[in-house]
Amino acid sequence: MAGEIHARLSGVTRVYPAVAGNPPVHALGPIDLELRRGEFFSIVGPSGCGKSTCMDVLAGLSPPSEGEVAFEGKPVKGNVPDGVGAVFQEDASFPWLTVSDNVAFGLRRQGVDGAEIAKRVAYALGFMGLRDFAQAYPAQLSGGMRQRVCIARTLVLQPRLILLDEPFGALDAQTRLLMGDELLRLWRETGATVLLITHALDEATMLSDRIGAMSARPGRFLETIETGWPRDRDSSMLEGETFGHITGRLWQMLRAESKAAMGYGSEPGQADREAG
Amino acid sequence: MTRLAWIRLAIVFAAFAVLEWLVQSGRISTHTMIPPTAMVTELWALLASGELTGDLVQTLSNVAIACLLSVTVGFATGAGVHAVPRLRRALDPFLTTYYAVPFFVFYPLLVFIFGMNNLPMIAIGFMFAVVAMIINTLNGLDKIPRVYAKVARMHQMGRLATALRVQIPAAMPNLFTGLKLSVAYSFIGVIAAEFILAPGGLGYAISFAYDNFDNETMYALMLFILVLVTAINMTLHSIEQRLLRRQGL
Repeated sequence: MAGEIHARLSGVTRVYPAVAGNPPVHALGPIDLELRRGEFFSIVGPSGCGKSTCMDVLAGLSPPSEGEVAFEGKPVKGNVPDGVGAVFQEDASFPWLTVSDNVAFGLRRQGVDGAEIAKRVAYALGFMGLRDFAQAYPAQLSGGMRQRVCIARTLVLQPRLILLDEPFGALDAQTRLLMGDELLRLWRETGATVLLITHALDEATMLSDRIGAMSARPGRFLETIETGWPRDRDSSMLEGETFGHITGRLWQMLRAESKAAMGYGSEPGQADREAG
Repeated sequence: MTRLAWIRLAIVFAAFAVLEWLVQSGRISTHTMIPPTAMVTELWALLASGELTGDLVQTLSNVAIACLLSVTVGFATGAGVHAVPRLRRALDPFLTTYYAVPFFVFYPLLVFIFGMNNLPMIAIGFMFAVVAMIINTLNGLDKIPRVYAKVARMHQMGRLATALRVQIPAAMPNLFTGLKLSVAYSFIGVIAAEFILAPGGLGYAISFAYDNFDNETMYALMLFILVLVTAINMTLHSIEQRLLRRQGL
């Protein structure tokens, strides 16, 4: 699948400086990553391998120690570029605002006029199945619904690049599958490029066009797998043989890395060598 | 009114009824206490005559100034200390032991410094209230989920916009608790200081009535302060509860 490069990380490393007598932490890289416009790319890897750091660097939330970051051909330096939206694992809905005001938050910040805000918020609430809860407060909603509020808050800003940092990590397996379907629908209808950070191999397999498997810290890409799924897809693919094959291959790559991350003694990179 | 509120009201009325019976039946001497109905009658007369207006205005003004100062200074100090973790760690022991200090021992010194006017009373009210606001500001800012800072940055918000639109609303339940305590502590500080030495005010009026064996006035004023402070605190408490409920706390 060839396509225009939408965002790019070139030779990026991230080293967190020494704090309170602790040595510096080399969290990421060096890595290279090219996101194609309109694709759904997932990053999987063991805990603490630098997946979220990678997303933060791409979003402009965290500066790279070395290397360059670009979005739509322009360098990302210190600020979040226009057209980039993110949803995080933690519940980031604002409890003092109603669902409707939460969703409208970014639009009001941008000074969008009232009628346009109302239109976009109504669409996003309808799209995320939250229309009946517009005047509810987040505390009155389930965890999954609160995460949908956060997705809707990002969606209304019509980002061209959507970054998702384990957005369904706190949800149960069935809700995650349903949210995955909704995410695919959102991706298809908006045409945005999506980068998903996840520890769930099945989730990455089901949702992605391409999956980057990352090594234990400092995270580097071991391999990128093309799933070959059609654009019009949903969780029914879980029944297929290919799904199991891809998920199995990912696990084969990541098994030794995950053991290394947990301190079980395998050398990082070993699985890569075995698979290769 | 909720059922719980009716029960609370019934408890208050029952306590008054028991007190009324104890005094009216002679089980408590009228030299010691007057019946609650007499307190109400006397208070009404005092309010109607305008005799109380000067003291009331003086006390409420002093409380309002002490409270306003403690809330603004307490919030600014709390926010400033929160931004400098090393300073926070250094100040923590002082903040936690602050209320072990009996401030009233400083009152003669304050009178000496400021003179016999309202300033020593405002200073005592302020000293009593400000640390409650500092502690609650720190608690509120501590509780803000770290992810909100990321959300603010994703919305390209600067420091001021983040503070006004995200941090202060997120910390509001604790800030409001600080405000509620500041109001209560300002009342305690100011009225207690008026008791010791003051040119006027409700505390002074009670003390004056006590020294002159004027039980009617003394009890009427005590009732008045009780009702006033309870009404203010109940109002603030109900707003606080609404804020906490809304945020699922």
